[in-house]
Amino acid sequence: MTRRARERALTLSLYAVFVVIVVVVALLADWEAITANFFLREGFTGTWRAMILVAAKNTILYTVVAFAGGFVLAMVLVLMKLAPVAPFRWLATGYIELFRGLPAIVVILFMGFGVPIAFGWRPPGGVVGAGLVALMMVAGAYMAETIRAGIEAVPKGQTEAARSLGMNGSWTMASIVMPQALRIVIPPLTNELVILLKDTSLLFVLGMAASQQELTVAARNLMSSGPSAGTATSLVFAALLYLAITLPLTQLVAWMERKQKRSR
Amino acid sequence: MEELHPTQTIDERAPAIQVRDLHKSFGDNEVLTGIDFSVDHGQVVCVVGPSGSGKSTLLRCVNRLEEPTSGQIFVEGIDITDPDTELDKVRSRIGMVFQQFNLFPHMTVLRNLTIAQQRAKKRGKAEAETIARENLDKVGLADKIHAFPAHLSGGQQQRVAIARALSMNPDMMLFDEPTSALDPELVGDVLDVMRALAHDGMTMMVVTHEMGFAREVGDKLVFMDGGVIVEEGDPVQVLNDPQHRRTQSFLSKVL
Repeated sequence: MTRRARERALTLSLYAVFVVIVVVVALLADWEAITANFFLREGFTGTWRAMILVAAKNTILYTVVAFAGGFVLAMVLVLMKLAPVAPFRWLATGYIELFRGLPAIVVILFMGFGVPIAFGWRPPGGVVGAGLVALMMVAGAYMAETIRAGIEAVPKGQTEAARSLGMNGSWTMASIVMPQALRIVIPPLTNELVILLKDTSLLFVLGMAASQQELTVAARNLMSSGPSAGTATSLVFAALLYLAITLPLTQLVAWMERKQKRSR
Repeated sequence: MEELHPTQTIDERAPAIQVRDLHKSFGDNEVLTGIDFSVDHGQVVCVVGPSGSGKSTLLRCVNRLEEPTSGQIFVEGIDITDPDTELDKVRSRIGMVFQQFNLFPHMTVLRNLTIAQQRAKKRGKAEAETIARENLDKVGLADKIHAFPAHLSGGQQQRVAIARALSMNPDMMLFDEPTSALDPELVGDVLDVMRALAHDGMTMMVVTHEMGFAREVGDKLVFMDGGVIVEEGDPVQVLNDPQHRRTQSFLSKVL
């Protein structure tokens, strides 16, 4: 056999193995059980209003609110880290290390139940509002680190050029360094957005009114009531809706990263 | 109003730049070990020397991009090592051109030239743009006014950087190896611009490896090695008849 013939034979046998695996899995799988438990028709046709118009909408709303709040908090933390007065830097570092070191669910429970009970705080939007504040606090810590890395990625010569033209430190940061840093961190911040979207499912632990339900809570409730009760169809529905939002975003990040690499 | 610090006013009779016993260390590494030198108004001073000789550090001390360890630097009679000195004001009178151009990549050429005029000199937009156009004309790049830096060649970027510094109407210009990052065929255009500036009477301090430029345009040549000024004088004289052995050995390698 020539080398080319050997390579062809190897490729063909790999394809053959793949086809055999697919056929065996298809034959062995209990399609009836899978359809009845995960893909019950009524579980989609009978619930799509609640799942899409209420739950998916709330998931997106919570994500956007937590992201916007987290971003503002992150900017404050970054400016504190750059402050000439050391205690501000310590405070920001302490905050970031604390909230990156804790599981998000601990912060959510703390803000949802601990703080309201201790101080009689009535968060706007009830317990969900408190949960959103918790998500903001955690997201802010992560985003601050991301933005700080972006600032460090801006070449030092940019600051030197601006300062040598007589621009002061604040103007240099605002019109020269920050715009470039934010451009650099758009892909990693979009990744944070995806992580945050998935983390809104943690609000699950707080319990919420019907109109406040996000995807995970809605799916969990539809497992025990409604047209697909007793099956996991609603979980599959929720999973598909999560993917419908996250996959385009991760593809967008990949595209932006390729574009940045090219322009460098 | 508090009384103006005596070293805060421009002294017309003082040299443009005067350096007294300047020392600069990075950690344990002493890069400048006692520099005394001056640049007069309208003078073109070229600083040459092997890499690591401290010539760029000296230049960067003059607008305090590097903090001197000890010694004094007077710019038009103002002591810029004095903590009371309004550094931003002094810096806006000293144009600086970098080896790596350092244009702002997220801004058009026009914006590169107007941003500091508006932010630091508080000029209006229209005035800043008029001045920007004049200076772009001067460096021969009027047609690139709306281009972004990434779309320009290295030589064009460096000429924009010179125009950007000139737009602040500086009293003097510092050049930190302005042609070292350029392809050989692009060096000429940048040197032409610098030559024209010198003929217009601009005070210039130029760290360079371009001995031809130093010989032809320079009023004074300073040779540095090991953190000290080894030899200085008329460029033609120093280049043709170097007195010091270290100068001779350096020149024999680069000429």
